[in-house]
Amino acid sequence: MAETLRGLGVSPGRAAGRVYRMAGPPPLPAPARAVEADRELSEALRALEATAAELAARAERAPDSTAGEILEAQSFIARDPGLYESVEANVRAGMDAAHAIDAACAHHRRALLEAGGYFAERASDLDDIRNRAVAVVLGLPMPGIPDPGHPFVLVAEDLAPADTVNLDPALVLALLTEKGGPTSHTAILARARALPAVVACRGVIGLDDGTWVSVDGARGEVETGIGEEAATEIQRRAVADRRRSGTSRGPGRTSDDHPVKLLLNIGSAADLRATGSPAGRDAPADPAGEGRGDVASEGVGLFRTEFLFLDRREPPGYEEQVAAYEAVLRAAPGGHVVIRTLDAGTDKPLPFLGLPEEPNPALGVRGLRVSRIRPEVLDTQLDAIAEAARAAGAEPWVMAPMVTTAGEAADFAGRARARGIRHVGAMVEVPAAALRAGRLLNELDFLSIGTNDLSQYTFASDRQHGELADLLDPWQAALLQLIADCAAAGQAAGKPVGVCGEAAADPLLATVLVGLGVSSLSMSAPSIAPVRDSLAAHSLAQCRQNARLALGADDPAQARKLVMPG
Amino acid sequence: MPERTVVIASSSGLHARPAKIFVQAAAKQGVPVRIRVGDGKSVPANSMLAVLALGAVRGTEVTLDAEGPGADEALASLAELLSRDLDAEEALDG
Repeated sequence: MAETLRGLGVSPGRAAGRVYRMAGPPPLPAPARAVEADRELSEALRALEATAAELAARAERAPDSTAGEILEAQSFIARDPGLYESVEANVRAGMDAAHAIDAACAHHRRALLEAGGYFAERASDLDDIRNRAVAVVLGLPMPGIPDPGHPFVLVAEDLAPADTVNLDPALVLALLTEKGGPTSHTAILARARALPAVVACRGVIGLDDGTWVSVDGARGEVETGIGEEAATEIQRRAVADRRRSGTSRGPGRTSDDHPVKLLLNIGSAADLRATGSPAGRDAPADPAGEGRGDVASEGVGLFRTEFLFLDRREPPGYEEQVAAYEAVLRAAPGGHVVIRTLDAGTDKPLPFLGLPEEPNPALGVRGLRVSRIRPEVLDTQLDAIAEAARAAGAEPWVMAPMVTTAGEAADFAGRARARGIRHVGAMVEVPAAALRAGRLLNELDFLSIGTNDLSQYTFASDRQHGELADLLDPWQAALLQLIADCAAAGQAAGKPVGVCGEAAADPLLATVLVGLGVSSLSMSAPSIAPVRDSLAAHSLAQCRQNARLALGADDPAQARKLVMPG
Repeated sequence: MPERTVVIASSSGLHARPAKIFVQAAAKQGVPVRIRVGDGKSVPANSMLAVLALGAVRGTEVTLDAEGPGADEALASLAELLSRDLDAEEALDG
């Protein structure tokens, strides 16, 4: 029977095919007192070896060398002598094979988390190894990405970073998850690969493997009960649409030539190189041959400088920072780069900052507020940006995260201008800043709205919270109202106001944002072409009409419906 | 006990590809080699998990030690490996 499941559309596009579920982690049975330690040990080691062999085989088949190397390293970990030692100690202490593996992985997981930074990211490798090895011991289906031997729609509770490494874009047509929110890993991955995705979609995990569905990643709808014929037709049309997409060229503009700068969100100069080359990493895995290598952005709207700081016990040195910023300033199209100063704090702890723990870090010392305690970190960063700009002969735009009051804006602007930085701005992520956007612009040259955090604080909903995903939907009218107020303040002051949250990557919402009056949209590379197409298909008057409709809607679903073309 | 102190040169530190190359090379030595950061605990250099947990980034000083016949040669070859930017070599590999 036909049924429509609704969730949050986080990556636009249509797809249709049969669903296959990712097997969840195997549940551990109640611990059994091991009767024969030697047998438990040999079973545990056999399971780890089988896991290592399976990962090594996947590494061989990996679609690209990056994925292959990650899998190879993971297979290496499954054979790690340190892991074997822990398993043996656990078995000798009386654990059965499954619990010995579980406890050993947990032990090493903690050690990696303590190392912090990108070392901590390997903790998920251990989860994967644990799940696979325990499944082998218990004789349960191997968890991980299914492999039905034909393209399919992947269904999961949620996707962990380690799951996504194995995703073959030639085989996965769309992503559907029961949990997750607009900023979840699934959402980010899906947009980066231009895969249609619906998250927080209740009931999707209950679909039987092999069920035909169609997916609308913009509306957040999953239709079941369609036949193979209908699915094939939908999929054929989706591929044809995607081929046509990205046909518009040049700077972002509406159909009546109202300019809207389309900018990139990046973490380092490497991100620019990855998007600049038509023969980039994604090219071989691009079955439809869309060749979206050249994204032709008009610069960088959000350069997150955190990557330099993430894995440090000591702050990165001045020279190192200068080199990193200079590389980005030189690589960016037109030299236009908006550099965001360090966005860290107790919510995203960096060991070297030495900030005390606090009970509610999202409401505590984060973003610009860190400079209340460690002003020298920001000063060094501003010095390095100024030096990099001189070396590159560029005019960087510099903005601070989590600015809340006009006083903070004035202080930041003073410190930046003292170093010769001429374009100084702030992220609007806090409702207080949005409400006083006009006053902020007395002190600043531009504003950039971070929709993820602005949603979090406006709706009092943790941005990672799957249960509250509906409140975090960027189509919420209260969020759009705050954006409208900021844009109006920008127009009154004759200063640019952009959006650099993921909301900017939704082609339909982009028309609403333009109608509200924002002057630039910044997003990850794969979203640029669809957003450019969408703007090119709407006049400024239509964008304004869309903005009025969305602001007037009672909820995000109604807003999408009212604005939806046709 | 023979020791060698060396500064990690790879841009991703002892992580990803450099960690894998180092651990593989350590496992091939005829003697057990250990590695530590500063005054920290020495861990087996043939354990990827132990090496990752060191959290050594580019610029971190690490000390290798080994004992027995061939220890000096083993330390020399592993120290040489750590003093190269293995990430850059990957880029050259294309």
